[in-house]
This record gives sequence, C-alpha cells and structure tokens, in this order.
Amino acid sequence: MIHYFIGDLGHLFVIVSFVTSLVAAFAYWKAKTITSVESKQAWINNARLAFYVHTIAVIGVFVALFYIIYNHYFEYHYAYSHSSRHLPAHYMVSCFWEGQEGSFLLWIFWQALIGIVIIHTQKEWEAPVMVVFALVQAFLASMILGIVIPVADLKLGSSPFILLRDALDDPIFKIQPDFIPADGSGLNPLLQNYWMVIHPPTLFLGFALTIVPFAFCIAGLWEKKYSEWIKPALPWTLLGGAILGLGILMGGYWAYETLNFGGYWNWDPVENAVYVPWLVLIASIHTMIVYKNSQAALKTSIILVISVFILILYSTFLTRSGILGDSSVHSFTDLGLSGQLLIYLLFFTVAAIILAVVRWKEIPSTEKEVSTYSREFWIFLGVTTLCLMGFQVIIPTSIPVYNSIVGLFGGTSNLAPPADQIAFYSKFQLWFGVAVAFLSGTGQFFWYKRIDKTKLKKELLTPVLISLIVFALIISIAGVNEPSYLVLTLAGVYIIISNLKVLRSVIKVNPSLSGGALSHIGIGLALIGIMFSAGYSNVVSLNNTGMLISTELSTEFNRDNLLLFINEPRTMAGYDIEFLGERIEPKDKWGYIKKSDVLLTPDPYTVVAKRDIIFKDKKLYAEKDTFEIYPENTYYEIELRKGDNVEAVLFPRVQINEAMGGFVASPDISRGPARDLYTHVSAPMNREAEVEWSEMEEVKVKIGEQFFVNDYVAVLEEVNRLDEIQGITLRAEDVAVQAKISVIGERDTYYADPIFLIKDKAQVGRISSEINDLGVKITLLNIHPETNEFSLGLNGRQKDWVIIKAMEKPFINLLWLGTGILMVGFTIAAVRRFKTA
Amino acid sequence: MKKSHILAIVVIAVAIGIIVSTAGDASTYVNFNQAYEMAATGNTTSIHVVGHLKKDPSGHVIGLKNAPDNLSFSFVLVDDNGKEQSVFYNEPMPPDFTRSENVVVIGGYQGDNFVANKILLKCPSKYQEEGVTAGI
Repeated sequence: MIHYFIGDLGHLFVIVSFVTSLVAAFAYWKAKTITSVESKQAWINNARLAFYVHTIAVIGVFVALFYIIYNHYFEYHYAYSHSSRHLPAHYMVSCFWEGQEGSFLLWIFWQALIGIVIIHTQKEWEAPVMVVFALVQAFLASMILGIVIPVADLKLGSSPFILLRDALDDPIFKIQPDFIPADGSGLNPLLQNYWMVIHPPTLFLGFALTIVPFAFCIAGLWEKKYSEWIKPALPWTLLGGAILGLGILMGGYWAYETLNFGGYWNWDPVENAVYVPWLVLIASIHTMIVYKNSQAALKTSIILVISVFILILYSTFLTRSGILGDSSVHSFTDLGLSGQLLIYLLFFTVAAIILAVVRWKEIPSTEKEVSTYSREFWIFLGVTTLCLMGFQVIIPTSIPVYNSIVGLFGGTSNLAPPADQIAFYSKFQLWFGVAVAFLSGTGQFFWYKRIDKTKLKKELLTPVLISLIVFALIISIAGVNEPSYLVLTLAGVYIIISNLKVLRSVIKVNPSLSGGALSHIGIGLALIGIMFSAGYSNVVSLNNTGMLISTELSTEFNRDNLLLFINEPRTMAGYDIEFLGERIEPKDKWGYIKKSDVLLTPDPYTVVAKRDIIFKDKKLYAEKDTFEIYPENTYYEIELRKGDNVEAVLFPRVQINEAMGGFVASPDISRGPARDLYTHVSAPMNREAEVEWSEMEEVKVKIGEQFFVNDYVAVLEEVNRLDEIQGITLRAEDVAVQAKISVIGERDTYYADPIFLIKDKAQVGRISSEINDLGVKITLLNIHPETNEFSLGLNGRQKDWVIIKAMEKPFINLLWLGTGILMVGFTIAAVRRFKTA
Repeated sequence: MKKSHILAIVVIAVAIGIIVSTAGDASTYVNFNQAYEMAATGNTTSIHVVGHLKKDPSGHVIGLKNAPDNLSFSFVLVDDNGKEQSVFYNEPMPPDFTRSENVVVIGGYQGDNFVANKILLKCPSKYQEEGVTAGI
C-alpha cells in the first residue's frame, strides 16, 4: 500500500516553507522601509512569526523525509534510490545528502537556525539583515519545491517527495500502478563511512555561515551604516572560516581514508569550488580586522564579503547544474535546475553590485598612503596574495562555463581543463603558499606594535636565525632537495617560528588574543605537512622478487606492486609482510572475521559461525550463532613484522559492487608520528573466474589417520550421520554422512566437512568442501564399511593471493595537526569577537 | 608613483600571467581524427575526447575487454562524429563505467591505439534510470 499521507505532508511543509520565507522577506522589507514606529513593530512581529513558521516547516520537511527513509517506504523515489533495508540507521542520515534535494534541505535548515539566532541577538540589524536571509531561504526552498506552473509548463524545483512511479519510467507501473519495490537500490557503499555522516553537515554549516557577513554588509550599505556592520559580522565570518575549513578538511580526510588515489586533495572542480570561497573568506577576515584597527580597507572589505557569498553561489551553480559534467569526477547529476540556479546566482550578484555601486561614493575611505612599516601594508599584500591564489584556481575551473557561454552565442569552444590537474595547480599554489607564509610571518610583527626600520630588524633577527637553524636541521635530517620544496619548507618554518614568538608575548598579556598567532602556526605546520606527504610520498611496495607479476601489465605496475600469496612472507620497506587471508566485517560488532570461519546462507547478509569466533582475544560469536555481515566488503589481513614483533596489522578493503560494475579498493593506514604507511589492494583474486584445480588424488584413510593434502598435514577426525542437509530432512532409506577433517595450516587449523549422500538407494551425491585459505578441496568419495576406511578425493590449486600497493606518506600528521590548530585559532578569535560584538 | 599603484600593476601582471598560463596549459576537446592527426604531427600533449560507449541495439555495452586480472581494460568509444576507436586504459575498470552516459578520455594516440591516462564518467541522471532494478 502506498503511504500517500507522509509524502503529501512533507510536500506541504516544503510549500509552506517557501511561502513563509517570501512572507518573512516582504514583512521585514516593510519593517525596514516604513517610518512609523508602531507599524514597524507590527511588521517585525509578522515577519518573525513567518520566519518561525518557516523554520518549523523546514524541520517538518526533514522529519517527513527521514520518516520515509527510516520506514523503508520504497514507493518514494528518494528512499528507493538512496536507501535499502540493510542500511544501518546511523547511515540513514547520509541518505539525505547523497541526493541534491537533501543537501539543499540541509543548507536551508542551518540557515534557518542561524536566522533565529540573528533575530534574537541583533535587534538593531534585524529587519534589513533578515530581508536578505529570507530571500536566500526562498531561493533555496524553491529548489526543492517540485511544482509545475500550469500555464508556462515550468517545473520549479525538484521535490524529494516524488513517488517512484513518477520519477521512473518503468513498464511495471503501467501494469501495476501501486507496485512498491521490496528493497531500495541502496546508498553508495563508499558513502557508508562515518566521515560521510559528519562531513556534509559541517560543510553546509560553513556554506550557511557565509550568508551572515553578506547580509550584514548589504544591510550596512542599505542603511548607510557603512562601517558599523563590520562589528557584528566579524565573529560570524571567523566562525564561518573555521567551520568551512573544517568541512573541507573532513572531505579531504575521507578521501585519504576511503579512496585509493593516495592523497587527500585532487584539485577536482568540486573541491576547487569550495576552496576558492574559503580563501576569499580568509582574506575578508583580514581586511575587516584591519578596518576595525585603523579605519582602512573598508571598501576592500565590502568587495571581499560580497565576493565570498557570490563565490558560494557560483560554486553551487558549478557543482549542481551539471555544467562540470565532462570535467569533474563527482559533481551531482543534473536535476534540471540549471536555470533556477543561474537566476539565484545572478539575482544576488546583480543586486549586490548595484547596491554597492549606488553607495560607492558615500563609503568613507582613507586617501593617505600606507607606510611600508604599517600592519595594513603587509596584510594588504597577504590579502592580495590570497585573492590571486583563488583567482588562479577559479579561472581554469571555470573552463566549462566559458565553453557554454561561447556556445550560447553560437560559437564552439573546445577548451578543456588542464590534463594533469594536480601538477598544474600545485605548481602555482605552492608559490602562493610560500608568499602567504613569508608575508604573514613578517606581518605579525607589525600587528601588535608600531615599529620602524631599526626596531623591525631587532624583532626579526631572532626568529629569522632560529628559522634558519630549524630549516637546516629539517632538510639535513629529512633530505629535502627539490628547490621549490626547500623554499616552501623555509617559508613554513619561518611562519611557525615568528608566530611562536608573537604567541609567547601575547599569551602573557591576554590569552584570548592568541587566535591569530595560533592560526598562522597551523598554516605553517599544514604547509610543511603537505610538502612532505605530497612531495615525498614514495612507493614502498616495490617488487623485489625479480619476477614480473604478469607480462600483460605495465612495467610501472609490475614495479610498484607486490604480489602476496597467503601465509608466505615477503619483505617490504624493512618489514616482513605477510598476507593472512580474507576477512569479513560483522554488522553489529567491531572486528574482522575469517571467511573460512563462517558458513554462507542463501541470504548474503547473514552467515552462521562454524566455530567460536575470536577477534583480539574477545569472543565475538559462539559456534552456530547466526549473525549479519556486510557482504559487499572484503578485508585483506596483512601483517607487518620486524623480526618477531608485529608492528602493524592492516585491513585494506575491497568493495565488490555489482550495481556499480566494478570493485572499489580502500586503503588501510598504519599511522606513525613520522610517516603513515598507506596500503591498498590493487588487484584482488577474481573468484568468479574458472579455478584450475590439480587432478584429483585419491587416498584411503581410517578415522584418526594422517594424510597430506597440498603439502599440509590433515587428519580425518570423525564421520557423522546427518539427518538433514541444508534444511532438507532426509528420508529413512537415505544415507548421508559428513566427514570432519582438520588441516593444519601455517597459522591455524582449518576444518573441511565434505558430505557423502545416497538418495533413493541408488543416487550418489557428493558435496565437496573447500578451504580457501589453503587452496584445498576435499571430497568424500566413498565409504568402505568392510575395512572401516573412507576414500577421500583431494584437489589443490594455486594459493590465494592479493596484489597490494603501499606508499609512505611522511609527516602527513603535521597537516592534520596544523589544520587542527588553525581551527582552534579561528575559534579563539571568533569567541573573542563574539564577546565584544 | 604611489605604492598602491605599483601594487595594482603587479596584481594585474600576475592576473594576466595566470590567464595566459591557463590558456597555455589548458587541454582541448577534440575528436579521434583530430587526435590522430595531432599525434601524427608529433604533438604529444594530452587531449580530451568525449564520446559514448558502443552499445548493441538492446543497450549492452560491446567491445569491452577486461585483462585477465581485471587490472586494465580496453573498450570501444564512439566520438561525436561517430568514429569508433578502441581505447586502452591501464587501470582497473572504474565503478559505474558500464552505466555511464558519456565517457571522456584524456590521453593520446600511441601508434594506432588510443591510450587513456584518465577517464571521466558522466553517469545518467537519476531521472533516466533504466527502470526498477533492485528488489523486485
């Protein structure tokens, strides 16, 4: 039965949220423009009511959509295409942002909450600021509106509440309109990761926070309070910088942990589209602080704050309109919203520019020339560098846009983004990074003191000297030799050392002022971490056997990958490395379980324990327990030893996903202070291909007798009569016996349990038993009651193997540490500004 | 000359430099014939070719050859002019490959073979899913 009510309710909430945002915008507009105090208050009250109803409706949309997903109402397209019955509840929230509609919803939700905070904290600014808020909310809500305007035949937005039969054109709906699929097509398994639960909400909170400085700036221009808006806007901007940065970082960390390209940043257009606004946001923070301290750079601040918001809209347009389709690996699919997104982008761009131009002459500015020894000068240089840094990224990222524009005027442009994006962007961004580090390292000295030439020399002497010493130590110990990396290292060290000096003096005076120095130290650490982990990442899984893995593969592959046979140690990077077998992951408990320890059942998600399952001295399941697993994931247990010491056990993963037509390998990372060892499977064994078994060898054994199979010692332990086989009860005249054979492997004892069956007195059936880890198959061929012997058929095959690639990522932890410190710095600064705002 | 003017000139110079270098490093979208000519004239820069997978009338991808170990594969790409070309890719087949609507290959000709260094996929919009596939 189709559950119409919840979908209709959800859709109603969407419409209510759209309408109320328009009402709120109008009422706030009235409140702003009307002069009479009494009617002003009345309009404000109306507007607030509308905004509250709007927020409640947004929450209602959330709840309705979650209800549909949680209850597996697969008659709804959103649940069908993003969820499935086997999806654990904590990943159900991820279904929200796998689709475009859900991620819009998330953005609307955060913005509504921030709006409520603004209403309660900024009485003086409420009306004009909230006009901007409510308008943005209206545009966003229109994206998920999903209504068709009858006369114009115009589709407005894409609702998350459409039914599957309306979304898909499947013949089954013609025959059976009420058809409901039994299961959904599921959440992309790559997104079933805890980082994907928290990365999108964080990123969208960052997106949502950029509206605050924009709204204050517009309100300031509108109300002709040209400079007053900076004070309330600054703490929000700092918070936005922290959250947006954190969101970007989480995405990078997810990529590092889950994808196998070996890095955290790929210069993909989707990544660039959020990186650029973040850079400009950081630039705007600096100019706003300059303005607060010295009344300069007001116009620049206004331009930058407006740019940040427009860049956020532009990035939304890029990633969601489908325009990047040919150039990005992971942009959203086109929902046919390009036109709406373009109007959204153009509306705010044009409105903000017109307002700024109209007011431009009235904005106060200082005409006095800045001194080289002033803080403004150095910050200005830094801000310019940040903007150019963003400019360098946005220009090539926008190539598909130029092609579309040329196409619009009837021309054809065949410009494509640079073929090697990583090399292309890195060669520029590296030098911008160097410039930023030197400028902010030096600029900090002007920050707290007015100094002249001689004083500057005195102040700079110690940090420069210490930097040079530390730099010399680093390069001699770590062996940095590439010229550009040398400069980057020096720049990184310099910004850290000089800011440590500043930090020391600031902490004595007032610890709450330490945000700036901390942030800059974080940047320095991150730069050094990036330099080492990206510049000196090296492949350690070098094929040292002197044999090619396969002649059909490239020389590069043969050189950089290691073929590991099960239980046969090899050496790698000073370790003995050994592949111990394939593992699976239970759903409800943490641990890795040997594939050979479970029996499969007809349902791929459930297995039965063959014996007590113990992981790391903890008993997970008892023999014959039935439990659930993730069937698409296989983990490859790989042990790294030095001498007899186990240094690390890695579980790189391979995800087989039929629907996606391939396998996805995820690394496992052995973390260390000086380097990460990053290992992923580059080729798993293909079990579906024909297995070549050796010719069958026949042995006759008694119970308790030893024999050899594929060079392993085996014992026929016992033979038991069965009453049922795989759930089928046998009749009295049928005979079925099951042998229990133990095979002693290198590390473990395995059990084979072949079955011999005589049905209807004549039909003989044999079910062989295979031990994957040992490459052994045993068949119970015959029973000889006269001699108490049993005939066993033995087959062997090539042992299980896996091909892995391992890389060392030196000092990558400096990057995570650095970005962590950067966030702490931002937070300290934001807290201080919130207190004084 | 004021310092701000010098700064402005430097900024403009850098900006122009960025644009020029982008234009210089930008690759181009071409078809297979153009790519072949480029390679024949000794131009070895990587180029982009957009096309779709060759399919039989019932919509199955044809011409797909997987290496025995699944470590590399080749496929037939039909460019916008309808020219068919076998493309070799020295990486495992990407997820979603057979479902993609459009395939962009980045690479160049080596002799008569097109060797891709990178493949980008454009997967069909959710609204063009080919019927209900899961859970029937």
